[in-house]
Amino acid sequence: MKLHRLVAVAKKEVLQIVRDARSVGIVVAMPIAMMLAFGYGISLDIKHLPVYVFDREGSQQSQNLLKHFQASEYFNVKKAVSDYAALVRALDRGTCKLAIVIPHDFSLRLNAGGPVSIQALIDATDSNTANIAIAYSQAVIQTYSQRVQLDWIQRHGIKKMNPPISVESRTWFNENLESMVNIVPGVVVIVMAVIGVFLTALTIAREWERGTMEQLISTPVTELELMLGKLAPYFVIGMLDTCLCVGFGTLWFGVPFRGSWSVFFIASALFLIVVLSLGYFFSVVAKSQLAASQISLLATFLPAFLLSGFLFPIEQMPVAVQAVTYIMPARYYMDVIRNVFLKGSPITLLLNDLLALAFMSCLLVFVATRSFKKKLT
Amino acid sequence: MLGRLRQMLIKEFIQVLRDRRTRFVLIVPPMLQMLIFGYAATLEIKHMPTAVVDYDNTQASRDLISRFAASHYFQVRQIPADRRQIPLLIERGDVILAIQINEGFARLLGKGETAPIQVIVDAASSNTALIGLGYVNQVAANFAQDFQIQRLERTAPALLSGIPRIVLDRRPWYNVDISDRWFFIPGVIGNLIMLIVMNLTAFSVVREREIGTLEQMMVTPIRRVEFILGKTVPFFIIGLFDAILISAFGTLWFGVPLRGSLGVLALGTVLFLMCVLAIGLFISTVSRTQQQAMVTAFFFIMPAILFSGFGSPISSMPEVMQWLTYLNPLRYFQEVLRSIYLKGGGLAELWQEMAGMALLSIIMLTVSVLRFQKSLD
Repeated sequence: MKLHRLVAVAKKEVLQIVRDARSVGIVVAMPIAMMLAFGYGISLDIKHLPVYVFDREGSQQSQNLLKHFQASEYFNVKKAVSDYAALVRALDRGTCKLAIVIPHDFSLRLNAGGPVSIQALIDATDSNTANIAIAYSQAVIQTYSQRVQLDWIQRHGIKKMNPPISVESRTWFNENLESMVNIVPGVVVIVMAVIGVFLTALTIAREWERGTMEQLISTPVTELELMLGKLAPYFVIGMLDTCLCVGFGTLWFGVPFRGSWSVFFIASALFLIVVLSLGYFFSVVAKSQLAASQISLLATFLPAFLLSGFLFPIEQMPVAVQAVTYIMPARYYMDVIRNVFLKGSPITLLLNDLLALAFMSCLLVFVATRSFKKKLT
Repeated sequence: MLGRLRQMLIKEFIQVLRDRRTRFVLIVPPMLQMLIFGYAATLEIKHMPTAVVDYDNTQASRDLISRFAASHYFQVRQIPADRRQIPLLIERGDVILAIQINEGFARLLGKGETAPIQVIVDAASSNTALIGLGYVNQVAANFAQDFQIQRLERTAPALLSGIPRIVLDRRPWYNVDISDRWFFIPGVIGNLIMLIVMNLTAFSVVREREIGTLEQMMVTPIRRVEFILGKTVPFFIIGLFDAILISAFGTLWFGVPLRGSLGVLALGTVLFLMCVLAIGLFISTVSRTQQQAMVTAFFFIMPAILFSGFGSPISSMPEVMQWLTYLNPLRYFQEVLRSIYLKGGGLAELWQEMAGMALLSIIMLTVSVLRFQKSLD
């Protein structure tokens, strides 16, 4: 391996990047655009869910109960309707996600004692929203029910009772339970995965398609020099983007960074090597830019999004899928990123992740180097 | 004119379908994505790894703990003797939730006072934390309810029969089991159609430009209209074919019900395809190389998916973003897909979405075709 040949390839690649104004713009704009889109676009905090109510009684007690729904920040009571069909229409059209029906004899039965049921019709097409809506309407009803009971007991001449237990909860690492705090660090992983692909996936395929590969092959450059030369500039760009992501995430979205910078940079470098080598590999194998781009996106973006624990907790997946996540580099990088941003754990807890990333990067560099043969076929 | 158009169509089909890798790209990645999404995308939380510290160690505290253990939401994995072990357990990720019952729990309960229980939750994943806390409250409220009734049984059994109680009668509509799969699969269909067709369209023109065959096309007697039709009709047909393939696969493999009419689904798909084709054409007018096309397409696709309501409800987004989603064809298509699949929606419910897509497709096609004609000069 000769260093000057490697440098020559790198120089050519840099020139190619720099002369294409748009790709320079992309390198800067992409991370920021993705951060913004993901940060604002994915919100799993279910708040102000549109609710319709159908109060068939209209008594003080039923209105009282509805006030509890109104007071909750999870619900937004948009409309009180006066027939059942209107509720069905609203659910069908999707104008409300939850409909509360209070029976016509609500206060009567409440005063007579025994259980009274309140109907909650939930649009469960969106399963997560439905689950959260159920949990919170349950909480509203339970609180109200308890209050009614305590009042009732007191009215019947028993000394005042307090609610038996209270739950004091503390939420660590993300005190206000904002999904943004959870998502923004994860976006770093996705940005790195996508950038890596975009930058390298086409780099070899393009030379084949444009016919410049023949010229490259006729030069004395070796396979290894070609690969390192092609990847080095992208590695530098990728690392700059990592910094951009962290800066934007912490300054714009106000996400904390609690861990060690060195762990963060080591993990990012390793992950970047993995992604760049993968992109290179597919570029070599696919030879057409369309195929290379699609396959690489599939191989890096999708696992980073789905199989890394970004949104979907890994321990909830079927066992077979869980097993697959172990060969996904994004899983380990996601773990490190969450830790350094939110938890600030000591490095000893992250050793396994770092080792896995290191192993994968070595393996993929090896595979990528061996995949390219200087041959015209 | 028809003769030339036919020749052009034949050429396009050959170009797309001749290449083994492109054929592969049209079929395998969409299927794979569908499979991964179906199996991995779950936001349900079950068997949350939980630690319990019981400083009270009385019958009451053990009763409460056994209620947590018995619910399938929690899995008591660790019973540390000392609460100081909790931080490490959470940081290592061994448990997500820790419940601590202090000494005096039973005594406070006995005295009729409120006994607190402490809950610490790892909120680095906010959705898991949110749902977990909801379940903790549910279990605690049930315990409280039963306790109150037992207490009344002892002190004033005569009153017991008359105690009022309000219960929630929950009715999840459209998706009775609140299955995540039923929610995600129809959405994935929309995403995939957009991804494939937009990329194909954008790449096809740019490819000719990049390898220089566009000039050759321009010197043939083919007219602009014919050229544009030749560049869109094949992808429209391929898109339709892929749409059928993907929906059939998703529906049959995962057993998602298709409750509405196929005709309405077809109409929605056609309208959506026109929007996507228009965007694809537009991208091809602003890109000189395939790399640019790929990146530009990604810039359209990613926000379109994020701001479509695919993964999280639009009502939880910032208000400005909510308005912007009306410009997003995928937003309408997602609504159409989910409504037809799960709600059995027809034109009566969906005409607004259909009109939205029709309007957008007309505007976007006009803009794209005009721009495209100019870019050929």
